[in-house]
Amino acid sequence: MINDVKLVKRNLRKDRIFVGIISVFSLLCVVPLIVILYFIFVNGASSINWNLFTHDGGIGEEGAGILHAIIGTTEITLLASLIAIPVGILAGVWMAENTRGKFSGFARIVVDVMQGVPSVVLGMVVSIWIVKPFQSFSAFSGSVALAIMMLPVVIKNTEETLKLVPGSIKEAAYALGLPYHRIILKIVLPCGLSGILTGVLVAVARIAGETAPLIFTAFGANYVNLNIFKPMETIPGIIYKSYTFYGEGASVAWGASFVLVIFVLTINLIAKVVINRWKVKF
Amino acid sequence: MASPSRNNEMQLKTESSRKATLHVLFFERSFRKLLFAMVIFMILLIGAMLITLVVFSIPSITKFGFSFLTGTTWDPANDQFGAFSFVVGTLMTSILSLAFSIPFSMSVAIFLGEYFTSGTLSSVLNSALELLAGIPSIIYGIVGFFILNPFLIQLLKVFHIQYAGVGIFSAAFLLAIMIIPYSASIAREVIQLVPNDLKEAAYSLGATRYEVVTKIMIPYSMSGIFAGILLSFGRALGETMAVTMVVGNSSQLNWSVFGLGDTIASRIANEFGEAFGLHLSVLVEIGLLLMIITVFFGVLGRWIIQKTSVRD
Repeated sequence: MINDVKLVKRNLRKDRIFVGIISVFSLLCVVPLIVILYFIFVNGASSINWNLFTHDGGIGEEGAGILHAIIGTTEITLLASLIAIPVGILAGVWMAENTRGKFSGFARIVVDVMQGVPSVVLGMVVSIWIVKPFQSFSAFSGSVALAIMMLPVVIKNTEETLKLVPGSIKEAAYALGLPYHRIILKIVLPCGLSGILTGVLVAVARIAGETAPLIFTAFGANYVNLNIFKPMETIPGIIYKSYTFYGEGASVAWGASFVLVIFVLTINLIAKVVINRWKVKF
Repeated sequence: MASPSRNNEMQLKTESSRKATLHVLFFERSFRKLLFAMVIFMILLIGAMLITLVVFSIPSITKFGFSFLTGTTWDPANDQFGAFSFVVGTLMTSILSLAFSIPFSMSVAIFLGEYFTSGTLSSVLNSALELLAGIPSIIYGIVGFFILNPFLIQLLKVFHIQYAGVGIFSAAFLLAIMIIPYSASIAREVIQLVPNDLKEAAYSLGATRYEVVTKIMIPYSMSGIFAGILLSFGRALGETMAVTMVVGNSSQLNWSVFGLGDTIASRIANEFGEAFGLHLSVLVEIGLLLMIITVFFGVLGRWIIQKTSVRD
């Protein structure tokens, strides 16, 4: 009897210790986030000034800013979205509409494969396709690489959202004699708008901070450039090039990191708001 | 009483409505074709990528053959290439980062999946992990370079270990932080799929919560947890920027956790821009190798997840 009580007590103690360990390990995961945000904000805020946003220039130069990188990231990201979003959404619609059969299974695996390709390998391939034949780094090739990165994210999100749209809505539309393209464009897509938009935003946030595929495609430049067939600087690119510098260079790196983190976190936040606010419940 | 003119009118009407129907049908068919064309385009894209990688690595494969993977000299100036030290570096950083991350990601999964499924604490931890997953790898790199490395030198000094400030250890540490959100979120989802009657049956037999978690829930969701670990392993293998900024970029073969090293992805990032000829081909070949490995783990992981979620 006494032994039983002891056993129960020991078991309960084990239980409490387990909860303690789990909680400590879990809460420790928040520490890196706090450390990262703290140093980015502290170091970033001290390097932020008007000059940083209004000037271009080489790394380590007196008075150099990141204006060219901000313009470059915006342009490259927009162009990549322009390529990837229509293709991604349409392919996603097909995936959601055709769930059976060997071919659709194969297509699904292809999307998984695409998602698994390391970004640096993607940059290498696009560089072979576009940069080497034209003998010039270009913002366009960077956009193509980023668009290929975006595709699987957009496709998966579109597919998963549209699968949740109830078949009865579509059947009602069919019964009214609507043609297929109107059903998809006017009924199915608007129903899944919040999910699709979230997918697009998440994909944009991901490619905006991407560096590896841009090193040998968009390459970088020291001045403002709007021509997409010329090399172009990006915010991640400027961080990568300037982090080994001290003084002025390191300060630009922290400032650029600050801008990038704010940008990416804002998009993620918007994505969260979109999915909560606009969610169509069935 | 059908007058000829009226008949004509009727005919005209059916004629125009038939045209309209044909018009709609044409749009409908082209729309279906357009959707299908996008999927075909995607498949061709992957096919073209694979072919490009294979074609461009042929010079290197024919020159070095299998010895490419076992050679340890890397000398672009004399066209001598062996990728063994990068393969070792890639595996070391990735496996070490898994070892670092598993206790944390499993704790988070159990914490969020069983103990605190809702409430302030859970939403705080959840948002923190989402933010961690959303931070670009270049940011991990710069914080790793300026903040983590000095910290690690001090930390390892306590254990009387000489550490250069950059190296395999820093890279693995950084990768571990980067992959925790992925394996944790997948493990959490599969843990929540454990049927309640199983848990209740165990409770009714007098099991404590600790016993239910370790003896019922974890064994039941083992394959899903394993899949999550595979997926995060694939991510760690292919990660480039954060690693290249802290790993030391040394092409010497190194077996020490605290030594300098380099990974496949990092080597490509550093050298592909200026590479041509055989050097380019060699880099494409290790890129192909990296892609095959990461894609293998990625597809295997997703396949297992699909299997496990179909089961219920």
